[in-house]
Amino acid sequence: MSPLPFNLTQEELRAGAVGAALVIVAALLPVFDQAYYLALGVNIMLYAALCTAWTLFSGPTHYISLASAAFFGLGTYSVGLGIDHLPFPLLVLIGAGCGAVLAGIVGVATLRLSGVYFVIFTLGLAELVRQLVSWGQSKITTRMGLYVFTDFTEKHIFWMLLALTVLVFITGWLINRSRLGFAMQVIGNDETVARHVGIDTARAKIILFMISGAFIGIAGAICAPRYAYIQPNSAFNPTISFLVVIMALLGGTKRLWGPLVGVIPFTILMDFVTAKFPNHTSIVMGIAFLAIVYFIPNGVTGLIEQARTKLRSRMGAPAVKPGEVQP
Amino acid sequence: MQILVTGILLSGTYALIALGLTLQYGVARIMNIANGETLVAGCFIAFWLYVSFTINPILGLFVIAPLAFVLNWLIYEVALRPLVRRAKNRGQLEVDSILATFGLMFLLQGLMLLAFGGEYVNYQFLAERFMLFGSAYGLNRVVAFCAAVVIAGALYFFLYHTRQGTAVRAVAADPASANLVAIDVAKTSAMAFALGGALTACGGALLSTFYTFNAAMGIAFTMKALIIVIMGGVGDVRGAVLAALMLGVAETAVASLIDPGLTIAATYALFILVLLVRPQGLFGRRTT
Repeated sequence: MSPLPFNLTQEELRAGAVGAALVIVAALLPVFDQAYYLALGVNIMLYAALCTAWTLFSGPTHYISLASAAFFGLGTYSVGLGIDHLPFPLLVLIGAGCGAVLAGIVGVATLRLSGVYFVIFTLGLAELVRQLVSWGQSKITTRMGLYVFTDFTEKHIFWMLLALTVLVFITGWLINRSRLGFAMQVIGNDETVARHVGIDTARAKIILFMISGAFIGIAGAICAPRYAYIQPNSAFNPTISFLVVIMALLGGTKRLWGPLVGVIPFTILMDFVTAKFPNHTSIVMGIAFLAIVYFIPNGVTGLIEQARTKLRSRMGAPAVKPGEVQP
Repeated sequence: MQILVTGILLSGTYALIALGLTLQYGVARIMNIANGETLVAGCFIAFWLYVSFTINPILGLFVIAPLAFVLNWLIYEVALRPLVRRAKNRGQLEVDSILATFGLMFLLQGLMLLAFGGEYVNYQFLAERFMLFGSAYGLNRVVAFCAAVVIAGALYFFLYHTRQGTAVRAVAADPASANLVAIDVAKTSAMAFALGGALTACGGALLSTFYTFNAAMGIAFTMKALIIVIMGGVGDVRGAVLAALMLGVAETAVASLIDPGLTIAATYALFILVLLVRPQGLFGRRTT
């Protein structure tokens, strides 16, 4: 850790410039391809947004949240239910609100207690919300699904997800510079210490979880037009939660950009596996979890950093090469 | 009354599954998310033994329990022991073991999907009427409940009236102190983990006699078992049995009075109540 955390403008500027360049390159993708690569790009962007939002909370706290599918589904449903009555941007905000409220409820119920309760609670959360939504739907309306017809095409969804990812990054950067971010750093290092220096640990964690949940809700809302026909089973698909955990941990959660390193290769891998070996997806996910736990517990970025410190200590002097800093 | 009896009959099996998990988590300190997959494996082996060799599922328990014991012992020694050694504190072991058993869960689930396919399976065993308090119940449910009571009773006897069982309880209370009184903590943990797996597999075999199962349902049962374990207090046998009873009855009541699609909601309602009122478990003492 640097002794002067606010005196990093040089490095931060460079990181910002690299980030902006990458965003521009990414934004040009729909110009070159409108079919397979764009669809793949949407998936990558979706998981980039989801995993980074997940890491906002789970990175510093080390709490494994499996609630992503629940927030995502709520966002999707906000759009599905309201698309005939309200403008789309407002529905996206409602999706964010639903995600935040659900995260708040989960947080209040579990985040005062130990992490295990939290994992267990979030494990079944998507299924719980799915049951409640299907039940509510069967009581109010007679049909199971919702139609979402918009003028949005794949490329609009791609750009919206890209914007969301940028927004998550900026939020994460702002949080890191704020009191909340500092509190989370202390909590992540030692929760007892945090409590003794007067940090309301439960409150800090709940706020952060709500922010994370809101972003995942937005992602769900943005993806609603992509499905066109929304059913509880597809909107609250628990696989989303697990994939988010795998990709984020594969990349590493210590840095804000860590999850990206996991998202890109793993989305491509899953795309290949679901297309070629649809019956083997569970096995691939199982192996991925095991590989992460046993071989890369700190993610790929953790490996890179380890190699860098080793290299640096061998060279004797701390030498930061220009191309090394990434957003 | 009918709801109460149906719920209690169902809870016998739930209790076995949860007892298995409470041993694995309370003693071996492994939060085994793949517990539900052990259950499903128990279901399929019982089914296979019955259909291919016409072995009665109750007798099949004598094959399934030792098999599950050995397999879970191997899983513990090969996959989980390195994590126990690596972990610096309990929190890290919890995170690691949860992630590793997620991996096991998906791996086992995927292998079972390949082996048995994704269809729902059931078979006819003792599908006869059994009169109890003036209403009819499936004989298979009554038999499964009785078998569960016998197995749980045997576990209770083992834990509270044998030397080995006392060692298991000592490790559950405090591994460091158990080590001081010459208990082989590593061996006892492995044994408790394997025993937990055997209990869960027995629960699965009994469940398969009256329940329609498939290869992907493990996670739902893991969820129920986890909630029962938390409700009862981690490592607490009596608490787990009582919590299983409550969950079985609550689920049956919601399914028959409100909507069969809301069983998870019933489970969660109980879970939230416990978290808010007694997070230390039904019989647990509040830690200072």
